[in-house]
Amino acid sequence: MYNFEFKQPKTISDAVNALESDEAQALGGGQTLIPTMKQRLASPSTLVSLTAIPEMKGICKNDDGSISIGGGTTHADVASHSDIFSGLKTLAENIGDAAVRNRGTIGGSLANNDPAACYPAAALSAGATIVTNNREISADDFFQGMFDTALEEDEIIVSVKFPNPSSSSYQKFVQPASRFAMVGVFLSNFGNKTRVAVTGASEGGVFRWSEAEAALNKNFSDDSIIDLSIDHKDMIEDIHASKEYRAHLVKVMTKRAVASAS
Amino acid sequence: MSNLTMTVNGKTVSGSVEGRTLLVEFIRNDLHLTGTHVGCDTSQCGACAIHVDGKLVKACTMFALEANGAEVSTIEGQANGDGSLNVIQQAFKDHHGLQCGFCTPGMVMAAAALLKTNPKPSELEIREHLEGNICRCTGYHNIVKAILAASGQDVSSIAAE
Repeated sequence: MYNFEFKQPKTISDAVNALESDEAQALGGGQTLIPTMKQRLASPSTLVSLTAIPEMKGICKNDDGSISIGGGTTHADVASHSDIFSGLKTLAENIGDAAVRNRGTIGGSLANNDPAACYPAAALSAGATIVTNNREISADDFFQGMFDTALEEDEIIVSVKFPNPSSSSYQKFVQPASRFAMVGVFLSNFGNKTRVAVTGASEGGVFRWSEAEAALNKNFSDDSIIDLSIDHKDMIEDIHASKEYRAHLVKVMTKRAVASAS
Repeated sequence: MSNLTMTVNGKTVSGSVEGRTLLVEFIRNDLHLTGTHVGCDTSQCGACAIHVDGKLVKACTMFALEANGAEVSTIEGQANGDGSLNVIQQAFKDHHGLQCGFCTPGMVMAAAALLKTNPKPSELEIREHLEGNICRCTGYHNIVKAILAASGQDVSSIAAE
């Protein structure tokens, strides 16, 4: 690998200062960024590791029932924590493999916003709030397209605040080689309101399927999905699946999510 | 170059590395512990699996400096104190859980991590846990059998017999 300057700050403010230098890049658990750097698809001159910042790790329940997850918390720690709601637990325990889950972090996943990553679907569906070192961003404003977010260059995801849905489900149809989502649907039901977010499918990255949400708000049943269809023109097409197939999978995975969360 | 110190298989070791030095490079090239293998160098095959602070990680997808101060275990530290094979290693031998052996260090480290948190895993749990470890010889069957045996469970009824 080409060389770079490696920094390992102990506090959020030191990390933000380190990121102010030109071509500096934050490093979360490194499970995406390190392979990307080996391929020279990313070549930051300074790498600022966030793994040694204690205040960015851990999970706590807030007074309003919501759950705050530190940006540096690993998938394995999310999957094994008793306060995590069922859809999010299922999602975290099925990312990558066991070793990847011990390093990869929720903050890294959200900041990267891979169009086939799992966490963006959970954050968007549950209506999470992304807490950075200088502001709070609602998930509806955070995701701005494939690998694009509202984060500024020197902004770090300190924590993610999840409302606690009354029921939830994550249904992932895995791409059999990479185990990323070919299509993943996260459904959060808040009693009178349901939010459905889809990952893996769209050229624009994670999105909410508003027609399904409207139908489910009238009648929370998988029957409500049967007559819906989703336009395939903005779907991803690759050797694994056509646009039409991905559009079909969105509907199938949504029906499964409703059935599972009922 | 930056200095680092860590505990590897119970011994304190120090070294001086570049930022780009991967943990697996430090272990193999600086410490000469070559039991940890590099199969793919792309985080997929698991031949480089080790434990850092008790957790299974891929040593090719972590920088050495990130393990500064950590407790690291590699395959070289798995045998019993008298040098005999530990229960997982012995089970791999008894059940022919390897052919060429290249993936075996990673498989044994993955198995050790599983059995620490789940002492009696089901066959399905073992197979799921090995998702990040690739073996091109055995078809996994005897590896799964070895891990079941190492956990003290009956291996007579596992799938594909």
